[in-house]
Parts: sequence; C-alpha cells; structure tokens
Amino acid sequence: MVIRWGRLWPLPFIEMTLGEFTTVDPFKVVKVVESQVTLHRRHPLPRRAIKEECPPTRRCLYTPLKERNDLPPIQYDPVLCTRSNCRAILNPLCQVDYRAKFWVCNFCFQRNPFPAQYGAMTEQCQPAELIPQFSTIEYTIMRAQVPPPIFLFVIDTCMDEEELSSLKEAIQLSLSLLPPNALIGIITFGKMVAVHELGCDGCAKSYVFRGTKDLSGKQLQEMLGLTRQAPGQVPAPGAPGAMPGQVPRQQGPVNRFLQPLSSVDMYVTDLLGELQRDPWLVPQGKRALRSTGVALSVAVGLLECCYPGNGGRIMLFVGGPCSQGPGQVVNDDLKNPIRSHHDIEKDNAKYMKKAIKHYEALGVRAAANGHAVDIYSCALDQTGLAEMKFCPNNTGGHMVMGDSFNSSLFKQTYQRVFARNEKGELRMAFNATLEVKTSRELKVSGAIGPCVSLGVKSGCVAETEMGMGGTCQWKFCALTPSTTTAIFFEIVNQHGAPIPQGGRGCIQFITQYQHSSGQQRVRVVTVARNWADATANLYHISAGFDQDASAVLMARLAVFRAESDDGSDVLRWVDRMLIRLCQKFGEYSKDDQNSFRLAEHFSLYPQFMFHLRRSQFLQVFNNSPDETSFYRHMLNREDLTQSLIMMQPLLYSYSFNGPPEPVLLDSSSIQADRILLMDTFFQIVIFHGETIAQWRAAGYHKLPEYDNFRQLLEAPMTDAQEILQSRFPMPRYIDTDQGGSQARFLLSKVNPSQTHNNMYAYGGSMPVPQSSADGGAPVLTDDVSLQVFMDHLKKLAVSSTA
Amino acid sequence: MQAGAYNPQQQLPNLTQQINSLSINGQPQQGPGQVKQPPPGPPQLFPQQGLQSNVQQPPQFQPAPGPGYRPPQQPQPVPGGFPPQIQSQHPFPPQSAGQPPQANGYAPQPQQQSYPPQQPQPQAGPPHLGPPGPGGYGVQSPPQPGGYMGPPNAGYPPQPQQPIQGQPQGANYFTGPPVAGPPGPGAPAPGQYGMPLAPGQYPRPPGPGGYQPNLPHAPSGPGVPQYPGMPGAGAAAGTKRLDPDQMPSAIGVMQEDQQSRGGVFQTNQRGLLPPLVTTKFLVEDHGNASPRFVRSTMYSIPAQPDMLKQTAVPFAIVVNPLDNPARDEQPISCVDLGPMGPVRCIRCKAYMSPLMQFIDGGRRFQCLLCKATTEVPPEYFQHLDHQGQRVDKWERPELCKGTYEFVATMEYCRNNALPKEPAFIFVLDVSYNNVKSGLVNLLCSHMKSLLENLPSHTPVGFITYNSKVHFYNIDSSLAQPQMVIVPDVADMFMPLLKGFLVPRAEAINAIDNLMNQIPAMFHDTKETDAVLGPAVQAGMEALKASERVGKLLLFHSTLPSSDLAPGKLKNREGDRRLLGTDKEKTVLTPQNTYYNNLGQECVGAGVAVELYLFNNAYIDVATIGQVARLTGGAVNKYQYFQADIDGPRIIGDLAYHLSRPVGFDAVMRVRTSTGVRPTDFHGHFLMQNTTDVELGAIDAGKAIAVEIKHDDKLTEDEGVFIQIALLYTTIFGQRRLRLHNLALNTCGQMADLYRNCELDTIINFLAKQAVSKSIDSTPQAIKEGVIARCAQMLATYRKQCANPSMPGQLILPECLKLLPLYVNCVLKNDAVAGTQELTPDDRSWMMYNLMTMGVGQTVHYFYPKLIPVSGPTAQLDNPLPIRCSRDKLSEDSAYILETGIYLFLWIGASVNPDWLQNIFGVSNLAQLNVEPITELPDVNSDESLRLRGFIRTLRTERQRHMRLTVVRQRDKMELVMNRFLVEDRTSDGHPSYVDFLCHMHKEIRGLLNQ
Repeated sequence: MVIRWGRLWPLPFIEMTLGEFTTVDPFKVVKVVESQVTLHRRHPLPRRAIKEECPPTRRCLYTPLKERNDLPPIQYDPVLCTRSNCRAILNPLCQVDYRAKFWVCNFCFQRNPFPAQYGAMTEQCQPAELIPQFSTIEYTIMRAQVPPPIFLFVIDTCMDEEELSSLKEAIQLSLSLLPPNALIGIITFGKMVAVHELGCDGCAKSYVFRGTKDLSGKQLQEMLGLTRQAPGQVPAPGAPGAMPGQVPRQQGPVNRFLQPLSSVDMYVTDLLGELQRDPWLVPQGKRALRSTGVALSVAVGLLECCYPGNGGRIMLFVGGPCSQGPGQVVNDDLKNPIRSHHDIEKDNAKYMKKAIKHYEALGVRAAANGHAVDIYSCALDQTGLAEMKFCPNNTGGHMVMGDSFNSSLFKQTYQRVFARNEKGELRMAFNATLEVKTSRELKVSGAIGPCVSLGVKSGCVAETEMGMGGTCQWKFCALTPSTTTAIFFEIVNQHGAPIPQGGRGCIQFITQYQHSSGQQRVRVVTVARNWADATANLYHISAGFDQDASAVLMARLAVFRAESDDGSDVLRWVDRMLIRLCQKFGEYSKDDQNSFRLAEHFSLYPQFMFHLRRSQFLQVFNNSPDETSFYRHMLNREDLTQSLIMMQPLLYSYSFNGPPEPVLLDSSSIQADRILLMDTFFQIVIFHGETIAQWRAAGYHKLPEYDNFRQLLEAPMTDAQEILQSRFPMPRYIDTDQGGSQARFLLSKVNPSQTHNNMYAYGGSMPVPQSSADGGAPVLTDDVSLQVFMDHLKKLAVSSTA
Repeated sequence: MQAGAYNPQQQLPNLTQQINSLSINGQPQQGPGQVKQPPPGPPQLFPQQGLQSNVQQPPQFQPAPGPGYRPPQQPQPVPGGFPPQIQSQHPFPPQSAGQPPQANGYAPQPQQQSYPPQQPQPQAGPPHLGPPGPGGYGVQSPPQPGGYMGPPNAGYPPQPQQPIQGQPQGANYFTGPPVAGPPGPGAPAPGQYGMPLAPGQYPRPPGPGGYQPNLPHAPSGPGVPQYPGMPGAGAAAGTKRLDPDQMPSAIGVMQEDQQSRGGVFQTNQRGLLPPLVTTKFLVEDHGNASPRFVRSTMYSIPAQPDMLKQTAVPFAIVVNPLDNPARDEQPISCVDLGPMGPVRCIRCKAYMSPLMQFIDGGRRFQCLLCKATTEVPPEYFQHLDHQGQRVDKWERPELCKGTYEFVATMEYCRNNALPKEPAFIFVLDVSYNNVKSGLVNLLCSHMKSLLENLPSHTPVGFITYNSKVHFYNIDSSLAQPQMVIVPDVADMFMPLLKGFLVPRAEAINAIDNLMNQIPAMFHDTKETDAVLGPAVQAGMEALKASERVGKLLLFHSTLPSSDLAPGKLKNREGDRRLLGTDKEKTVLTPQNTYYNNLGQECVGAGVAVELYLFNNAYIDVATIGQVARLTGGAVNKYQYFQADIDGPRIIGDLAYHLSRPVGFDAVMRVRTSTGVRPTDFHGHFLMQNTTDVELGAIDAGKAIAVEIKHDDKLTEDEGVFIQIALLYTTIFGQRRLRLHNLALNTCGQMADLYRNCELDTIINFLAKQAVSKSIDSTPQAIKEGVIARCAQMLATYRKQCANPSMPGQLILPECLKLLPLYVNCVLKNDAVAGTQELTPDDRSWMMYNLMTMGVGQTVHYFYPKLIPVSGPTAQLDNPLPIRCSRDKLSEDSAYILETGIYLFLWIGASVNPDWLQNIFGVSNLAQLNVEPITELPDVNSDESLRLRGFIRTLRTERQRHMRLTVVRQRDKMELVMNRFLVEDRTSDGHPSYVDFLCHMHKEIRGLLNQ
C-alpha cells in the first residue's frame, strides 16, 4: 500500500512510498506502518547483486528515536534467539508454534523455546512483540539502574564582556532546564584550562592546566585525584570495554567536579556569575590564546575517567579559533588569517592535519565512552569547526554555528537542546548502540550518520564497505528524535545458491539507549521485503523506488566522499551515478535525446541531483571550511524531510491572489508583486518583490485602508515564525527586498533559468528587469540552469557510447 | 693528630737546653717543690688524673693547675693574688686537700674573681707603642724531671713601663727580672707588640716581641704524633701544664680594642686598620667605605706578590654590601644624576668616586683603577680649586664619601624598563607534616602581623603545595579567595594573572580570609608528599608573569620524593657515617643538578628563595639548599618543629627577615686597581662569568667574601683601590647602585703587612674557603691545609719580622695573636669539621650558614659569647663575656652562651635559689623542667625583666630568634653545650686551645727548621 506522508509544508514534489509489504506470513502480518524506516528500493529487492556503484542500490535511512506514541509500554527483557551468533529478537515475522511454545528465528531459522513466563500465551493472547502492528517495539529494561545524564560545560572565556555575559546567562538559564539529578561540571578555558571543583565552601577551587600540553586520561586521573576507579577499569579509548548493552557500572561517590545539579545549583550559578574574561593580555595584532584543544581533551578525559559508558554531553562553547597547543587551527598572529578552502586545497593549512588528528582522536575516545560532544560556536570569523567537526560527528553531538552568543539564533537554539516532549522528558537519548541484523542474503556494508563504528564483526557484515563499515554495530552517543542514519546493504548469494523467488529479506534494527529519564531501553524494528528478479521484474523494482530517500542517501554518500576526495571528483561521481540510473531506468531509444522518459517514481530525482550539485554541501565556493562542515554536519544527521529541504529549499509565494502556494525554485518565481518565503533549512528568507517593497517603503501597510496589504506582509512572517519556533538549529532569519543585498540568499538557490546570458540570447535586446512581467528576475550567474542540465543528462543517458 | 707531640721524654734535652740558655725571669726550673704554695684558686684545666697519680697528687684538689708555670714567689706581687703559673702536677697540694672533690673532676674555679677581663684596667701606655724591645708573651716550657714535659711558662715579662700589679692579667705574668726592653736586633715592627690584652707589657727576655710561649722544641721526628691530648697518649698529654689563662685571650683582645679604638673611626686615610668588629665604634665616612660594609684581611698590601705568598696571609675582602650604617652614623647618601645616569670611567666602567682625579681644569678625570682618562660629561662639569679638587667636592657624596648610592637609569634595569615593586611570595607546604606540626596554623594566624613588617605597597602572594601546587587569588574584589590548583607539577606555570600579587595593604581583608581558609582546607590532609621544585618554579613563574622580581619564602617539610614531579631526591642519610671521612663530599654535594639549574633560572628571573625547613627526617639540605645558595637566599632549619614550642622562633625569625633591608635582582661587581684582581668569591650567589656576582636578592645580613690576587707587582706608594658596585632594586621598586670604595696601602716591608692585618676577616675568609673546599677535597686535607697556612703565617713572621730569639719561643704578631685560637675554633666548628655527631643535613645547613656570614657574625660563631647572668658579676647592661672554657663556669652562677645560632642558658648546680625564683619562679633547680623551655617564663621580677631584655637584645643583634636552651649543670644537654666551649678539648677529640697552641708551635718550628 502506498503511504503518503503527512505534509509538514505543502511539498509539491515530495511523495514518498514505502513500498508494499506483501508477506507470505502465516501469521497474517497485515501491515506494518514503519515510519521510522524509509527503505529505499526495498521492494522488491533485485536478486542479483548489482555493481556496488549502481545508484539504486540497497540502502535505507533509519531514524532510531522517531517519536511515536503508539508503542506499547513493555517493561521486560526481549526474547533473544538462542543461537549464539544470531541473538536476534523475537518479532512478528517469526514463525511461532503456540502449542509447543517455540518460535523460529526468521534470520537464522533456529528453533527457540519460549521462556517460562510465556507459558500462558495463545494465538489469541499474544505478547505485544508478536503482534504484527508492533514491528517497532520498545523494551524498558527495568533491572538496569542507569545513573543520571551528565552535562559538562566547557566554556571559552576569550571573548568580549558582552558576549561572555550573554553566554553566562544562557548557561545559567539552561540549568533550570536540566533534570535536577543530572550531574554537571564546569570547565573554563582561555590561555589555560580550568576544571572547577563544585560545591566547596569558603574558597572557590579550580584545577588549572596549561593550554599547550595534551594530557592522557591516565595523567588527568592522577592530577585531578580521580582515584575512585581502579586503573584497569577505565576502558581504553576505542576498546570494546564500554560495550553497548553493558549496563554502565554505577561509580562510587560523586566526585568533586561532577555533582548533582540539585546540590550545586546555587554554587554553579554564582560561579558562572563570577566568571571573568580570560585575563591574559592580548597584544595589538594578536589573537587571544585559546586552548580549545586541551579544554576538550580535559573534558573528554574527565568523563572518561569518571563515568565511562554513562551517557553524557560535553557542551563546548567557543568564541574563536583554538590558537595554541594541540588542536590549534591558527596561530595567535592576526597577520595569518585562518585557513580557507583555498588554503586547504593548496595544502597551505599548516595546522589542519594535526588539529584534525587531535579532534578526531578525541571524538573516538568520547564515543567509545558514550559521551557526546556539542559545539556551540559563535564568532564572526571561523572557529575551527572544520577541524573540530569530528567530535560532534562521531558522537552525535550538536554543532551550532552563529555570529554571536548574544544573538537569538544561539539563545533559542541552545534552549531547544533541552526541549522536552509531552511527557516532560528531555528529547534526547544517550549512549545508544544500533545493531543491524540481516537475513542470510543480505549483508550490512556500512552506515553514514552521526555515529562511530564499534567494529563488531558478525555474520551479517559485508566485505565491501560503504561509509563506516566493517561492523554491524554503531555507537550514537546522543540521539534526538530526528537523528537519522543511512545504512547500506549488500546482497550476497550464499554459495551460489539463488535466492528463492518470492522469498523475503529481513532486517532487524536493535537500538539500545539510555533514556533521559534514566532508563535503559531497547527499541527493535523488524522489516521484511520480498525478493524480485532484477532482470525479469525491473518494473517491480522501479515501482518501489523512493526518489526522495534515494536523493538524500545519495547526498550523504556524496558528502561522505567529499570529506576525503577532491570536490570535482565527487561531482563527477554524482553525475555518473545519475547517468547510470537514467540509463537503467529511463525509457528511451538509443541516441535519441528526445525519446528519453523517466517513470513517475524517478521524475524528480534528477532535479534533486541538480540542486545537490549546486548546494553548499558540494560547492565550497563562497563558504568557509567551517560553514561547509556545519552544513554537512546537519545533512548527515537530519531526517529525510529536513535533508530534502537542505538539498532543495522550499519556496512559497504570497500574493493577493489567494493563499500562499509553493512555487518552483526558479528565478521565474521572483515576481515584483509577490512575497516569497524560502526555507533552506539554515536560512529563512522573506523576499519582497519590487512592487511590494516599494509599497512597504511608502508605508501603505500602516494605512487602515490597506489592511489587506498589511496582512499580506504579515502572512509570510507568521509562517516564518512557525518554522523559526520549531527548527533546530534555529535558522537565520533574513528579511529582504528585491534588489537588496541580502537577496543573494535567494538568488543563489533558485534555478537560474534566466541569466544575463540567455536574456541576450532570447531577446536580443537589453532586457529591463522590471519589464519581465511574468518572466521573473534574471540571476547574474554562469551556472547552468536545470533545463540545460536535463538536456545534457538526456543526451548522455541515451548515448550509446557513454 | 696523635698526642705525644709534646712527649716530654723526647723533648727533655731540648727543653733543658732551652731553659738553661734563657734567662727567663729567673724561673729556670719548676720542680714539684716549687709549687708547694700554690696560690689560691687558679683554675685547673687539665686535671689529667693518670699523671697526677704518678706524682701522688689527688688531682681534684689541684688548686693551680694552669699550664703556666711560675716560680712560687712570682704570684705574690700580683694583685688579687692571682697565681699565674701553677703546674698542674703539683705533687703536694696540701691546701687543696680540704676542698671537696668535684664530681666531674674539675677543680673549682676561683679565678673568676681575679680574672682580669672583668676588671679591665686602662693601660698606661698604648699597647701599640710597646717598648722598644720586643714585647710579647713568652711561654716557656722548661723540662720536667721525671719525664714530665715542663708546663710551659706563660712567661710574660712585664713591660718596663707597666707595673705588674696593674695588669689586668694578674696571672700569667712573669714578674721576674724584667728582661724587657733589651731592644733586640731587628726589633720587630710595632705590630708585633700591641697585644690588646696584655699589650706588650711583657717583653720577653730574649728579645723578639710577639707572643712567645716557649714550647718544647719538638723535633718532629718520624712517627712523632701530631697533636697532643689525643687518645693513646694520655700519659703524655697530662704532662703539659700550660695555663690557658695565660694564652692570648679573645675576650681580652676585644675588650682592649673596645677601650682603645672605640669611639669615632674616620675613614680618611688610605689603608687605615679599622677597629675590631666586636668593638662599638662610629664611622665617619671620609672617602673610604665603613668597615661595616667592607673589611679587608690586610690593609697594607705587599707590593711583591711573592711576599704575600711567602706570608701566606690571605688577601681578601668581606663585603656586606647592603648593611646599614649604625644608628648614630650618617645615612648613606643617594645621588640622582637624572637621565645622565652615573658617571663612569670610559675603560673599566668604574663609577665616579673619590678615587677619580680630575685633571685638565676639571674637563677630564682619571680613573685610579685603570688609569684611563675620561671626559667629564658637560652636565657634570665643575671647576677645580687651587688644590686641584672640584669646587663641589664636598657637596657631592660620590666625590667625598666611601659609600654612596646612585639612582640607576633605565639602562641598568631588567628589560630596560623601570622595575615594579618587588614582591614577596609565601610558598607553604601544606602536606601532612606541616599541618600536624602546627606550622600551617601558626603561620596563617601570624601572617597578618608578619606582613606589617613590609611596606604597604609591597605586593604579596600565597602559594601552597603538597603533591600539587595551589595558587590563591586574593583580589579584593572577589567575594572569597579563589584557589587555583595546578596539578601538572611536571610542567609548572602560572595560572593566574590578576589577583595573585596584591599590595599588602589592599589585600589585607582577603589575606585574612584566606588565612582562615588555608588551615581549614588542609586540616585533615593525608598527603605526605610535597613537591619542592615545582613549588619554587610556581613562585618564579608567578613573579615572571607579573614582571616583577622578588623573594620566595618557602616553608618545606619533606624530602621531595614524588616520581611525578621533577627534582626527586633519594634518601642518602644512611651515609651519615661518611661525615668526617674522605668520602664526606658525597653527602655534602648535591645529588643532582636539578636544584642548581632551578636556582640559576630563579636568578635569571630575579627571584630569591629563602628556605625554611621543618623536617622530621632527612631532607637533603645539601641538594635543596642549592636553590637558596644560588639565588642569594638562606637556608633556615627547624628540625622536629612543634608549633607550641618553636612557634615564637619561626615567627621571630620571619619578622626579622621581613623587616631587614633587602635589595632585589642584584648584581655585584668588584673592581680593583691594576695589579690585583678579584678571583674567588664565597657566599650565596650565582656567578656565570668571572666578574659578575648575580643575586636574586641580598639582605643586610649577608656577606660575600672575595679573594684578591696579584696580577703583577704593585708600586709601593700607589696603593690598592677597590670599588664594589652593587646594582639592585629597593623594596620600593627603585633601581639603585650602591658603591663602596676602599683604598688600601701598599707596602714593601713584610712587617707592615703583619701590622695591618685584620684577624677576624682572615678567619672569616679562611673558614669560608675551607667550607668551599669541602665539596672537592677531604676533611683531613682541609684541616691540614688550614693548620699549615696558619703555621706559615706565623713562621714567616717569626723568621722575617721578629727579633732573633730562641727557637723554642713562640712569637706571635700582635695582630695575629689570636690566630691559633681562632683557627682551632674553626677546625672544631661544625660547618668545617662536623663529623658523625652531626647529620649530613645539619652539616650542610651549617655550611650554608657560614657562607653568608659577615665578619661580625663569624667572630661569635667561632668563639661564642659566654656571659655570666646571675650573681653580682652579671652586668646585663654592659655584658662582660668570659673565656669560653668549662673552667670559667662556676657552679653557683648561671651563664648565657651564644653563637649566633644557638643560645644556651647554663645554670650551675648551686645557683642562688633567689635567682631561680626570680627567673623561673621555682626555688629549686630540680623542680625546673627545662625540656620545654624555649623562652624564659614571664616572671615579674627585676632580674627576669633584665635577663629577658638581654636575650631579646641578643636576638635582635643577631637578627635571629635563637632558640633558648636551658641547661642545668650535669644535664645531658651539657654535652651539647660543651661543644661550644671552644677553648676546651671536645669529646670528639678536638684539641683544647692550649694543646693546639703547642701543636702550632711545633709546626712553626718545623717550618723554621726547614
């Protein structure tokens, strides 16, 4: 059946299919509404392995923590397959013998007896995990006592008074948003790094470290006197010590640096209040010496020593680049500007490699211990996000980029980190592990998302890697309901045996996480798709194509490649993939460009690719490395809807003629008498057409007789507010007029169907922009338009030589 | 060092010969019979029982055991009946039979009353203008029949002018035929008379002046042991019976000098020998530096280097550059020449001084040091008067004074920037030891009052440390002090910028607050480790960060043994038995170079480190003290510290320390006129080249000894000029130059040299040299070296300057009369010769102490002050010291013994109960629990007030709160105190004064006979 997604916005071109679940299930699994899993090309699966590079390969987007209110509250442990290398969880797709009280694992076909407590079960009285509608189910493990989450604030003090006080206020405010039992800690840094002891009387104490010297976890443990743990208990970074599922051991007494909020609330508020700017003199022409690298290292080390395997967040607030010590991204001389993309290309970024190594290692360490790293970076210049990105990217932490801690962008965004759901629980989860189990014909070859590989080999790990592969488990140190990861699969023919026609491939996603309420939970999602023969039933396959999801997955892959490969290579790769797809699924006669047709399911895919190619994710021109990192970070973690917005912004048009309508993201949509609202995910642009702008400048909206004009002006603002209220991170709000300087945000996104080039070509005379009554506004660019792009695509797709 | 050098049997023939050949006042023989009527009450220093039994004499009752021997008739004329030479081996001391035996074998010491120093009498004739004939002492040791060595007579032939009766030394003087005055050929220069004590009144019969105990002419045959009085030669040792009272007395010399030289001393003459350092005098600066600042070992320098070498007298100066003038003296003038800065010689860079000669109508000046002429800067030009002197000479201190200061200009400053006020940082070890001993509490509770000794603008800061280092932010704007902990002790740095160093007055409330917090924070500490090196580094970094120089006062308790911190030391106390052996340097030298490097770094940053050690165990003073040594600081040790007992001491010491004038970030340079050149420097400082003495800080109490050597021959009439320039920062943050100029004579005659020697300075220098050598030589070699040098000084004098005389005579130059005494004291001193009785720590501590002592301190350090404080003789307002000998202690009295480091109150067994009552509030000595007493109880009586006032004065003089140790007679502690009775033999075998003198005589004769 076809499930239409509820539209958040009027999305004229996004229509998603999940494919059909035609199961031969003896237990009449009627339907599985699996909104978490956007399976791409899952139905039917091509039987024969298509070459790895073929675009519509087998992959999906998975949102582990999708908020759902229909989950039954289950407070017992899941039933596991007894085969030691399977351990799949009982699910509705399993075959169950109610009389003999056994079940057959649908992954390894092991016959398992039910535990004793299932004795009373009958076909009429099924446990929830066998009810087909609960193909997604969440267990709450009651026996595991999980300590409260940890919030470690790492605060830069090298900023001016105003910035710092705003930041202090924001953090003080956030204390009230945290659960009172949360453990909090404070680290401040500037030239040096200070770890504050909390709750001491009479004399405020802090431990100070040099900002130029990195410390290993062990050194830190000795220096801070963190002796509560026997040495061997600290899991080495990356070692499988703090394995998911293992309930983190409750540590001994609360240590001096991390204390329950409820007991040190006042102290911390005062401490933050007394926090001064970094006192070291910054000479003329120099940058402040800022030891972000060491501060972060100390923070990671502190949590590593004290609470390995216990969910926590390190919240790093930086107001500038790290200028000394490990993790340095620029030196303190203002003569040397911070590296640009150009420098990186030319290999001129002298600190970059070392810094990346430093932060990457930190990210891995933090991830291994289950601690997320958030970076809140507010500065007019870059702060080194390009180097630091590994910390949030590996750990699932947030990355927020703004201009100032005093901006509402930062304040609102930061507050939203602590948003709560209707039950009053923080909308975040900690220290999660995602495990993927597949049936025999499928292997998992990797994941791309805000996670790290746990390096766990199992029978369902493919040999080829895509993204972070070689494992069937990944660690997400922090999850939000929108965190989404891409997972890639591979089809293998075991021992050359053909996959039986009509059979099904099954996938089970097991997510264990620490809920913000302090419970350990396990969410299990099991899905199945039929097999189809790619040669015989190509139509079936193409009918199951989900172009939206495919576009997003393609974007993730492209960005993943772009991190390591040269930009132009990636573009070529994207093009090649698109051409192959068109060749495979297009209908055309060879070498006849005009005969090319794409099926409905594919029709929008080239357009997504067109915008992806032009997007800031793959084009670094005009973006700093930090911005690029930030954009890519968001694309890497957001769910499908948001990702699509990022790739291809939404454009609405407001006019007197009727209700707001979505319009093409095209220069032709720019009309003098319209107001446009563009949502690029990162920015919300309200664009007043020329006439509207003039009217507004004349103040018509203030006149009572032009109330309708006032309403027209307000309509997009109201809508924009709605978006601004809900999105994380809060987008930049831009209100501009046609011809205004800020209009570039819109002009850079629209398809340049009209440019200064083709205007001459069409009209042959000097076109006056205002005169284009229905033609929109030309964009001054040399970029090709969608039409040109499509022409080329068709030509190449039908070309027999390509 | 074997006894037997005086083995009478061997020396008998010589002695007999000698006696026969000499007409020593008609006392050729001393038979036992001659002493049949011993005068009442001479002291018996050496009861030598074994020997006495040989002559069937109960030794205890020996009434007149002094080594001095005199004929029976001689004592009678002596007023007070003082019996001068009583042979200790009197076989028949009938009078003494009735006297109660002393338990300790010591004879009663009735000589107290008659001992002259207490009744000094003005000398009729100035001692220096002795008779034409050789004055001096002659001590003869006539042969003893029966194998006894003749107790050498202290033959002091009276001077013709001086009636014996008038002598202060009633004893010891030959009253026999005054052979005095036969002007011996080659009568020695006046210097050889003028023994301050018995100044030259006793011309020895046969001629040459000087002090001439006629000691046995001991041929130092092979196998002849070196020293008398050593074990194994008891029999022989007992034979000498020199009366120690007849030996030249330090007390006497000092008193005589006080009388003759006290008053005003004008420094207007080149090469003027200053009064003794013990003498109270006022200095008028007329172009030469006051002896308070600079003392030279000699004031007439031989023009010929060879001559100096021959005499073996060291040429050195001891400088106390920052000392203060005495109260009634003129303060040191400070000259501010504005932006021009001090005027200096173009070549040698000497500073403008009275030594500069203006020529060419005042347009140029010639430097007397290097002879270069320099243009006078136009701003400084002044016309000359008819004498060639600048018209403004008397208006400008730098032209007419020996000591003055310049205000330094920017170029003399660190980093060419005017300095900020130097800071004081208290670095307090808060590990278990210090907390438990109560030190932390004590210091914190007294901190406020201690700080009041500092100027109100002086920045102060606080660091505490155990295995980590804690800085404190005492910014007055903070609600409460902040503690900032640096756990990375391996790589110390300064974590605070503002609020660490705050002017004392501003931060007073924050400090108060902090001082309440610190004891509370650490009161239950379990940390026993304390990192030392990082703590010093912390202080240094703090000062560096604030761009100040300053001082660290470090209160440390344990051997730094942490693996994590640099500067780890291992415990080598097990090696304490090495002291005194050839291997002792292994425990006296630093075990690693970390603390030396640290010290150098500190000096580089203008930081001085004062160590206050509160150890309960080995702490390796030798190694960690290097930090203090190189930075110009001092090591202060308070072993087994307990706040309730030792509290006043440390607080007192700190108060002295903080109130003392001090110069920071100093560089001292000694410039001399051509021909001589400073070579070796001794003291606490860092030298990275051969000329600049770098000091983190130097205070008024610290001295530096500088040895000067000849480069070349000097011309006789020109003199030697020395200019000592100390560039430093005052406590108020002003950069200044302090200059001391000293002009010395040159001489062609050796006798001039001997006449213008300064013995106290020589001893100070020799001792420092010996200590310096102890890290690369062996104790035996050092000791022998000192003795040999001493012997050579005296032998050369004897050979070159004294009248020809019998070789058996010991002739001492007047100025060096006390040389044997003092050398003996040096050789007994813990710093030089500490052996197993000391711990290596104590030994090192003593060595450090000695190295910074000025002449004024070493005098009493080597020859302690012993002052009667009870009974009628006690004159606490004008104390009269007595000789440092056990025999001088009377059972019914009490005494104070003071060395500058130790302070003992000795109470005789039968002291007057009233006195006890008045001082301690107990009537019986047995009731007195002396152990915990470190201060006299607050008893409201005149005597108590006076005594306490006296002790206070002593401590103030010493700038040290010496711990008072009360010793009852026959207490165990007496053994400790006895070590400081330096004229006596010590239990560990150091010879007594008399023994040593005899040995010295033998050495001299050995040299003469070569």
